Amino acid sequence: MTETQVLVTGGTLRKLTAPAPAGRARSRLTIGRTLGYIALIIAAVGLLAPFFWMVMSSLKNANEVFSVPVVWVPETFVWQNYIDIWTKSNMLVWIRNTLFLAVSVTFLQVLTGSFAAYGFARMKFAGRDILFLAYIGTIAVPWQSYMIPQFILLSNLKVSNTLWSIILLQAFGAFGVFLMKQYYETIPEELSEAARLDGLSEYAIWRRIMLPLSVPAIASLTLLTFVNTWNDYLGPLIYLRNPDLWTIQLGLKSFVSNLFDTNYALLFAGLTISVVPIAIIFLLGQKYFVEGIATSGLKG
Amino acid sequence: MTTTEAPRRDAAPPQTKPPRRRSALRRRNALIGWSFILPNFIGFGFLTLLPVLILFYMAFTNWNVFGKADWVGIANFQRLMGDGSFHVAFWNTIYYSVMHIPLTIVVSLGLALLLNNKLRGVAFFRTAAFFPYITSIVAIAVVWNLLFSPDYGPINEVLRAIGISEPPGWLTSSEWAMPAVVIVSTWRDMGYYMILFLAGLQTVPRELHEAARVDGANVWQRFVNVTLPSLRPTMFFVTVMLTINSFKIFDLILVMTDGGPGQSTLVLSQFIYKKGFEESQFGYASAAAVALFFLCILVTIGQFLWNRKRSA
Repeated sequence: MTETQVLVTGGTLRKLTAPAPAGRARSRLTIGRTLGYIALIIAAVGLLAPFFWMVMSSLKNANEVFSVPVVWVPETFVWQNYIDIWTKSNMLVWIRNTLFLAVSVTFLQVLTGSFAAYGFARMKFAGRDILFLAYIGTIAVPWQSYMIPQFILLSNLKVSNTLWSIILLQAFGAFGVFLMKQYYETIPEELSEAARLDGLSEYAIWRRIMLPLSVPAIASLTLLTFVNTWNDYLGPLIYLRNPDLWTIQLGLKSFVSNLFDTNYALLFAGLTISVVPIAIIFLLGQKYFVEGIATSGLKG
Repeated sequence: MTTTEAPRRDAAPPQTKPPRRRSALRRRNALIGWSFILPNFIGFGFLTLLPVLILFYMAFTNWNVFGKADWVGIANFQRLMGDGSFHVAFWNTIYYSVMHIPLTIVVSLGLALLLNNKLRGVAFFRTAAFFPYITSIVAIAVVWNLLFSPDYGPINEVLRAIGISEPPGWLTSSEWAMPAVVIVSTWRDMGYYMILFLAGLQTVPRELHEAARVDGANVWQRFVNVTLPSLRPTMFFVTVMLTINSFKIFDLILVMTDGGPGQSTLVLSQFIYKKGFEESQFGYASAAAVALFFLCILVTIGQFLWNRKRSA
């Protein structure tokens, strides 16, 4: 009520004062904009400097990384680091494992997540809401609190120390169900109602109507899951003991702690290689990342 | 039986025994509904719900590496009460949260307000702000560890250049290690929360701002009286997520400091990890995990109740 009143008076008042603001308001606006740009530039430097330093250090000689005063840009770029890292570490195996995990987990999460989301968003049956509450409730339950029983469970099934353990761990998260359900609820019910009258089964409605219409949400979920699995450190740390199964995160971490005289320039080359695919994926699908986070976040 | 044989909703004439037909339809719907949820639920139930149940059993046993488990009642919890490292881990977790939550809210809201203006380069900046969030913990930890290096690190070099002759020892100092971790985790998270705030800011009615401006409210008054109240749902969600994420902080600390120096950055999750996976005291670790579980659940419930009371 009061809001609309404010709106109305605001509207009329603005019309009256519209021609008035001139010089002073504009100069204050320019100062504000300048301050805004300065803040923006400082923040951007703060955000990106570590990445800049990582890439630059990956092109240094081993002894240049720790030189005082700090060398920000090396005089000559040592591209050799990017060749040596492949022969001096198991990068290829690590990347292969990580890629296999990320693709399998993403596929399963999107498939089971969107399927279950349809059940939650469109089917009415007893127990549905309680079940969904259990899904939502787990968002407040940190994985760290049940990682031990989960590990014992999977160890007893002889799944630990195989890549399967990570697939199981990551593929059935509540997050995918949640994100897809939020999106399905924005699709008009009339569409499925019309399809039902045309004789389509619920499964056909999911496959032929909901899936095609939810491509943006699927893109969000795919990207977020892929990046999460690629970056996961704790799951692999606990489950993957065999070095042949290591992911890129475990491999690079072992590179830091195992060698007494770690060649940091080489390590930085490895880190850069591990970050670049994710950066490219993010740049290509930025819109979906942002939308996925904004929708799953706000309505929760 | 009848459920599978049930006629199509549209095919059957409506006058044939409506009550029975309805219950059959309902049962059929329930079956279909469950069939949608089941593929995900099998995994979810087995890997999340079941472990949580087992956790509560384990916490009352002396479960060890051989899988031998005798019921010990509340002995594990009594031991936790008297365990100095548990107390340290608990208070470090709180210390971390108390620094991390407000700092992240202020920084990410500030960035979102900045980006909500029509400035040039906003799209580029949004990308830049999000970059840390999609970067792996290992890369972040290794890079920042060297940036923080007391003698050779760029951070202290900059500090010395601007006149601070004895900059902090960061990760080598038990006083500064936790603030260093907070700086890194805030740097990492702010892009994510900034996106949430940006989405929230889109819902603030532009007319309201105009009206307040016409009424003579300055920037700060408009922020306090228009923007903040409109952002309440977002602020609530951000606070809940930040709190849970702060209580469970683990991987960043594990790679950056491993709890050190001494126990200065030992947090609850790491205490659980150490007792469980390094010392194989699964029962005792589970008791600590139960504590973490209730800490997160209770604080979340408290926040929900408080939010409801305020919006009522």
